[in-house]
Amino acid sequence: MTAGLQLGIVVGYLLVALAVGLVAYRLTERTAEDYFLASRTFGTVVLLFTVFATLLSAFTFFGGPDIAYLHGPEWILVMGLMDGLIFAVLWYVVGYKQWLLGQRHGYVTVGEMLGDRFGSVGLRSLVAVVSLFWLFPYVMLQQIGAGGALRALTDGVVPFWAGATVITVFMIVYVVLAGMRGIAWTDTLQGAFMLVMVWAAVVWVLAIVEGVGTINQGIAAAEPGFLALGSEFYTPQRMLTFAISIAFGVAMFPQVNQRFFAAASERVLKRSLILWPVLVVLLFVPAFLLGTWAVGLGVEADIGAGENVLPIVLDQFTPSWFAALVVAGAIAAMMSSSDSMLLSGSSYFTRDVYRPLVDATISERREDLLGRIGVVVFAVGALAASLWVEAGALGAGSIGAILVDIGDLAFGGFAQLALPVIVALYWRRTTQNGMLAGIAAPQLVYVAANFVPALPTAYYGWGISIYCMLLGLVVTVAVSSVTAPAETEDAAIYFEELSAE
Amino acid sequence: MVSNVERYAWTAAAGLLLALAIPWFLWGSSRIVAGLPIWLWWHIGWMAVASVAFWLFTRRAWGIWITDRGERA
Repeated sequence: MTAGLQLGIVVGYLLVALAVGLVAYRLTERTAEDYFLASRTFGTVVLLFTVFATLLSAFTFFGGPDIAYLHGPEWILVMGLMDGLIFAVLWYVVGYKQWLLGQRHGYVTVGEMLGDRFGSVGLRSLVAVVSLFWLFPYVMLQQIGAGGALRALTDGVVPFWAGATVITVFMIVYVVLAGMRGIAWTDTLQGAFMLVMVWAAVVWVLAIVEGVGTINQGIAAAEPGFLALGSEFYTPQRMLTFAISIAFGVAMFPQVNQRFFAAASERVLKRSLILWPVLVVLLFVPAFLLGTWAVGLGVEADIGAGENVLPIVLDQFTPSWFAALVVAGAIAAMMSSSDSMLLSGSSYFTRDVYRPLVDATISERREDLLGRIGVVVFAVGALAASLWVEAGALGAGSIGAILVDIGDLAFGGFAQLALPVIVALYWRRTTQNGMLAGIAAPQLVYVAANFVPALPTAYYGWGISIYCMLLGLVVTVAVSSVTAPAETEDAAIYFEELSAE
Repeated sequence: MVSNVERYAWTAAAGLLLALAIPWFLWGSSRIVAGLPIWLWWHIGWMAVASVAFWLFTRRAWGIWITDRGERA
């Protein structure tokens, strides 16, 4: 009965999303800028919630409470610092400057923005290829998560391959039709919905157990010291490694970074910045507390065997329709991250690889069509890879743990782009060669450290991604210092032109 | 446009906001206040402070280091 109800709610959600997509399709102009960026028209609420919902992947909803259940509520601090503050500062440092440049020059991707200033098609394509390299496995991750969730929901009646395929086909139809405008609208609905549901869940649990005191006593009895700040897992180095590398990675994740271009005005950027830390606290505190409270409530979840704690808590303490709504919302969260990723992946490919390297004279209308075809190719490729991986390597592992592992790897990969881009935005003497070297070097070291078994992935408690970020900073500055700007470079685009107003 | 002093003050303020989002001075504390660890209350309050700081920033100093670079170059 519960499974049927949950499936019904998931299907209902999909239908609502599809309807929104159709409305958006009817409203769009057939140009690439409209398809990828909704013609830069987002207001505060839509921008805020679309960035928010895009950030909330399966990683936040299933992985986050699982970590808070296993290791304690300090995860709230890590995510608060990461998404609430570091990302907010980058919102200004990277986002506002990018937005200004996008307004003046019509940039759709960060690669395009760099390629124009440094007069280099190579740099533009390098940024796109590096981004696609990390984006592809991350889309797979979402598909694997969705396939696994549907399988668990139906007790295996819907096998993994069928669940992942249905979700992917739906996403293709939806993204090809809706584009950025439709995605942002459903993001807004979904973000607001999850916020309400998570708070309702907290109130429900507290009402049933008659207050948080009982829960705290349970925690003290089951795991003394669980609520003390810091532990063997939560060392300062590990907390900061997570917070820093994921925050910088988020800012360079194509689907998040691209949204910086889509704000309608400065006012929208300002208001979103102000509301951002509050929104982050409002979601993360209740979501992760539920994971920690599960310990005090005596909830048993075998995370190592692939269970997630949040659905189990809801099953035990709330009515089945309510649990079904939240689980459906979490699946929707995975999908809203994935559909944005598909759209961004496609825009990086058409804009920064196809257009400069294959056909520079492509018309607006054809680029729009190519963008839609790119979505299909990207999604089908990721699905094929997901099914292949699931059939072979992933049998026994926990979805939550794998999500955190691969998720962290992709975030770290994107984080390597951030410092060279910031240097380019703020230091006039950055050169084309400096950028090429500063982007390539940390990527190579980061990949080698994670995939060559003999190399350690942490030194003195700090993760390798932090060292690689520093390497990227040093290489960008050093190579720029010893090389002359190329003749095609135009530094004024980032500096004098912006202050001339 | 704001003064040079204020420009650096805002930069330092951003650093301070980042530095104390995790209350390092409460390390190891498990004191519970109103049902939640006291360090969690600090964090919640700090995020509210950040929001107010961002509000002030957008009113007073928006654009520093970005649209004010021409005068100094």
